[in-house]
Amino acid sequence: MQRNADFHTRTEEALANAQLKASLRSAMDGLMASRKACFPDADAFERLRLRGAQIRVNALSKLPQLLELLERNCTRNGIRVHWAESVDEANETVLGIMREHQAALLIKGKSMVSEEMDLNRFLESHGIECLESDLGEYILQLAGEPPSHIVAPAIHKTRQDIAKLFKQKFPDIPYSEDVDTLTRNARGILRKKFHAASVGLSGVNFAVAESGTLCLVENEGNGRMCTTVPPVHIAVTGIEKVVEKLEHIPPLLKLLTRSATGQRITTYFNMISSPRKTGEKDGPKEVHLILLDNGRSRIYEDEELVNTLRCIRCGACMNHCPIYTRIGGHAYGTTIPGPIGSVLEPQKAGLKSLGELPVASTLCGACAEVCPVRIPIPRLLNRLRFERIRNDHVGTTRGQGSSRTFNEAIAWKAWSWLHRNPVGYRLAMTLVTRLRNILPLGIGPWTQARKAPRIAAKTLHQRAREEGFNDQ
Amino acid sequence: MPEQKRYPAKPNKAYFFATCLVDLLYPEAGLAGMQLIRREGVEVIFPQDQTCCGQPAWNSGYRDEARMVALRQLACFAEDYPVVVPSGSCAGMMRHHYPEMLRGHADESDIEAFCSRVYELTEFLVHVLQIELKDLGEPVKVALHTSCSARREMGVADEHEVLLKQLSKVELLEQARKEECCGFGGTFAIKQPALSAEMVSDKANAIIETGADLLVSGDCGCLMNLGGHLDYRESSIESRHIASFVWERTHATER
Repeated sequence: MQRNADFHTRTEEALANAQLKASLRSAMDGLMASRKACFPDADAFERLRLRGAQIRVNALSKLPQLLELLERNCTRNGIRVHWAESVDEANETVLGIMREHQAALLIKGKSMVSEEMDLNRFLESHGIECLESDLGEYILQLAGEPPSHIVAPAIHKTRQDIAKLFKQKFPDIPYSEDVDTLTRNARGILRKKFHAASVGLSGVNFAVAESGTLCLVENEGNGRMCTTVPPVHIAVTGIEKVVEKLEHIPPLLKLLTRSATGQRITTYFNMISSPRKTGEKDGPKEVHLILLDNGRSRIYEDEELVNTLRCIRCGACMNHCPIYTRIGGHAYGTTIPGPIGSVLEPQKAGLKSLGELPVASTLCGACAEVCPVRIPIPRLLNRLRFERIRNDHVGTTRGQGSSRTFNEAIAWKAWSWLHRNPVGYRLAMTLVTRLRNILPLGIGPWTQARKAPRIAAKTLHQRAREEGFNDQ
Repeated sequence: MPEQKRYPAKPNKAYFFATCLVDLLYPEAGLAGMQLIRREGVEVIFPQDQTCCGQPAWNSGYRDEARMVALRQLACFAEDYPVVVPSGSCAGMMRHHYPEMLRGHADESDIEAFCSRVYELTEFLVHVLQIELKDLGEPVKVALHTSCSARREMGVADEHEVLLKQLSKVELLEQARKEECCGFGGTFAIKQPALSAEMVSDKANAIIETGADLLVSGDCGCLMNLGGHLDYRESSIESRHIASFVWERTHATER
């Protein structure tokens, strides 16, 4: 379990890394610009994201029924559905399927839920090899690092970093910093593995309840390979990814690809509705769907925090976040970084271990402004700030009150008392102006980067009176 | 959809809510704001019992403590006059967060009526007073930093610019990434000092690169952060609240 202090340490490390800063800045500037170019008309964007929000809210409002419908329709289509309350259960389910097929190699498409499960480490501890086939994820697997972004997992790495990594891992392949050459080399290595693996794993972007369809959005074609070449396909997803109808997919897809990478459509969009049928020449013989809860049901119980689960994982909040842009995803120490991560992860892990994340925000609102499903992220961060210090034991959020300290609580009580007693307030402020030349203001962190603000000789209350502004 | 704003006709009287930062650190900005409104023929009322909108406690999670302060402010502005606030942040708090904050604690129709008559200063000057400014100052190059709440909550970034563009001898210079936060964020600056310092330093660099003589902002939190940082770096760029800046350049008798 990480501690709050770790966040500060990692933040300072990240800020000291000039190369990381430069990489992130240029990557985020690029992503913001391409997204912006996709939404030239502000009103049209607002209409579209209102639709996106409605679709997600509708799905969440009927979540239990839609999950049951999804299960029925998937089962009817020949997809085997598994429920996992915890990460451990989900991992055991994958392991069970692997063992059933005596599979020694799992080839994976990009899946943040599998990151949440820490699946690779789990399977490897049971002697099963996992291979990431998304280029970014593959690079990180070679480097032994977790993703730092949910859409562009290796965004913190430069071309040169990757070139050096390839040289180190594959000394026989000539060194190159050319992106196309690097990609071609990775493709060559991975290509053979698709045929060697007997099980492929993918995530799910949207699961359609009415038809039992699993939608998968990707650019590299590795997702299609993972879900069609090996004889067995396992899809893992969080229970919140369900939507009611097929007609809900086009608006969400439109929002997702534009918000994520500024693409009008991705190179591949897969709709998986069954295993190979009799007479068909390709496709997996078995398709499994693992529906993971891992704390989502608890989030679902709170009528405000349930909005956390609207997220369609586009990453736009990260790309536009002034904090994420400066520290990158690793500093957060969570599976999902950035603004939505700071809302989601503390609810899953509990505020005791991750209570610092909701505080590490200026509430600037850049995230909410671009969120394609209108998640009020600053409001949710504010709510979690309340949860971390409240001591009335109401509600379901884990780690409630864990950041409350006696001194801070007393200070705010005193602050509140002073600011609702106008006579006391005016006296106190007048006193402060009298002492302005001897009072230290903003000592400590403030003056490490700034001059202390100057207290005025007279308050506005005094000057308004002197200048003849009426009180009533 | 973005909020469709409707503005009332010019009133006879308007309330002024100073904000706690203006009260203690930038009273001249508050005074300038009130004088600008008074010059347009509107009587400005400054309730002496006002203190703070409650935002510091609200954003720190101390909701009851914030709520009690907010309720006390409501009592200061009982008449149906516009409430003008020289800060996007505090105006945003009172206009957009009070309904959620005070739900169940006061008469809902009272709260709604109050919130709907809260205006940020520049939007009040531009839309309600339809102010026309005559620039009496020397030519000057200005960089504008619009606070995140002025831009995103109150939606008054354009109003800040419109006001400055009325000043004929002011050259408004565009900084890189002008939409980005300056890193103040209230207690954020104290609780996450390294991050805040990085953000304010980047913002200051962008402002310095414009070649501006002066930094103008409509929010004292940002001014305290950015201005304090520019002074710390011994930059020659001075910082000024938009109300002070506009008043100083258009007030005849001081020239």
